[in-house]
Amino acid sequence: MILQTRDVGKSFGSVLALRGVSMSVAAGQVTCVLGDNGAGKSTLIKILAGVHQHDSGELLVDGAPVRLSSPRDALDRGIATVYQDLAMIPLMSVWRNFFLGSEPVKSMGRFDVARARRVAREELRAMGIDIRDVDQPVGTLSGGERQSVAIARAVHFGARALILDEPTSALGVKQAGVVLRYIAKARDRGLGVVFITHNPHHAYPVGDRFLLLNRGTSIGEYGKADITREELTTLMAGGSELEQLEHELRRE
Amino acid sequence: MSSAAADERLADVGRLRRLLIRPELGAVVGAVVVFSFFAGQSEVFRSVAGIANWLDPAATLGIMAVAIALLMIGGEFDLSAGVLTGTTGLVLVTLATRFGFNVWLAMLAGLAVALAVGFANGLIVTRTRLPSFIVTLGTFLMLQGLNLGVTKALTGTVQVAGLRGAEGYESARAVFGGTVGDSGFRVAILWWVLATVVATWVLMRSRAGNWIFAVGGNEQAARAVGVPAARTKIALFMTTAFAAWLVGSILALRYTSVQASSGIGQEFIYIIAAVIGGCLLTGGYGSAIGASIGAVIFGMADKGIVFLGWDADWFKFFLGAMLLLATLANRLVRRYAEEVKR
Repeated sequence: MILQTRDVGKSFGSVLALRGVSMSVAAGQVTCVLGDNGAGKSTLIKILAGVHQHDSGELLVDGAPVRLSSPRDALDRGIATVYQDLAMIPLMSVWRNFFLGSEPVKSMGRFDVARARRVAREELRAMGIDIRDVDQPVGTLSGGERQSVAIARAVHFGARALILDEPTSALGVKQAGVVLRYIAKARDRGLGVVFITHNPHHAYPVGDRFLLLNRGTSIGEYGKADITREELTTLMAGGSELEQLEHELRRE
Repeated sequence: MSSAAADERLADVGRLRRLLIRPELGAVVGAVVVFSFFAGQSEVFRSVAGIANWLDPAATLGIMAVAIALLMIGGEFDLSAGVLTGTTGLVLVTLATRFGFNVWLAMLAGLAVALAVGFANGLIVTRTRLPSFIVTLGTFLMLQGLNLGVTKALTGTVQVAGLRGAEGYESARAVFGGTVGDSGFRVAILWWVLATVVATWVLMRSRAGNWIFAVGGNEQAARAVGVPAARTKIALFMTTAFAAWLVGSILALRYTSVQASSGIGQEFIYIIAAVIGGCLLTGGYGSAIGASIGAVIFGMADKGIVFLGWDADWFKFFLGAMLLLATLANRLVRRYAEEVKR
């Protein structure tokens, strides 16, 4: 297991944002974290990403308990996070964005531009991302393409575990499909992927394990063999709540 | 039609687009138009002496505009830059004439003051997250008060003069305030060219340049991928202060005296030149060469209006019109650049 939590919990003042959540992600596997708004998904990934520190339970990297002190610390251990709002600068070109913060330099702080261009193009192609021109501003890419560039960047910079925060939530059906394909690609390259979403239809096709969260606590972790898409959808939607809603909305 | 031919056409559009979205484009077109206008009507304007004449204000303005352009690309403003040129000049002349400092030493002291002001601006902006517009407006007013107050207290007048007699004056003047040989071209022009080249190299070819664009484009995103945003911004404020010191020293050495009110009102001219050069007011986009060309447009208009024998009041009108045109052009260019391709 690259990344594992055991009964991990976090509170902000008197608010218990997360309690008793156990999950794991192995190399070459996708663990999906599902839950409605406020279920504790973001708190969990922020613990995994080193943004927050857990108060209770254990966080294990390669089987050894750790406390991640900062996002940089997480990154140095090979845990990369791609946030929903993306760390990309729209007016800057694809290759500049690709290397932002980790620019290849020659002597005297000279940015190795030729290498940056070449590597960005190669890495994107290796992920099967067809960018017409690495010189175009990121702002001209579609939402799916931007997510894909962010994923390719994390892979290039040696991520072993990739945490994706709702990468498909703002996308149309076709664009979401593109991103799911890159998630599968990252998995095939041996990365452990934590895929956060509230859409079971996006989670089920790529997921190997599914963690369901509700109101800050786990309502189960399932292997793919143990659960069907329908069960996942029902659990996710809160089962009886949905029936209740349907009842309420029924015409007289 | 074969698909290869279609692809070639597509590539051409790409190249054209890339040329069109260069931030300098508007400034280049503007410079050509302004030059043709004045050169067509004034013999003197297009003579070598005339060119030397209008390149001079372009140079001192250009040094500042380039630094301000970097700062604006980094997403901040500095309203104290203009008055800081006065402060550094005053420090230089006061120390050299009233306290017997060697001119070079007095310049070093001026540099220390400038860098301290730049550092303070940067530190306050990055620590408090207040808009730099307000923070530097504060330093602007404080420096304005200091310049006047200290000068009056020391000399009883509103200027300090007599730098000519100070030790080291001749050598410092040769480096900063004189002319290149006896060509009539000021040394300041060389400093300006150097500033433009260095700034352009930093922006396009250094790691710091990538950081400058990033902190101006989206500071949070930049921070998230490990860009030292605060350090970058503080360095930019200090660069602007350094430029203010250079210009303040150049002017003080040239005129041998400094008015306590000198530099006030210039801060907006720097910003205007940078905007004409393609800098967005919102940060993250722009060019140092563009700001330099913006400064050339100013130099040409400033002197050209005089050469044509017009009333200098028209200069202000010209300023406003250029600014408005440039902002509109920039907006169009940016929209074109950002247009989402489907």
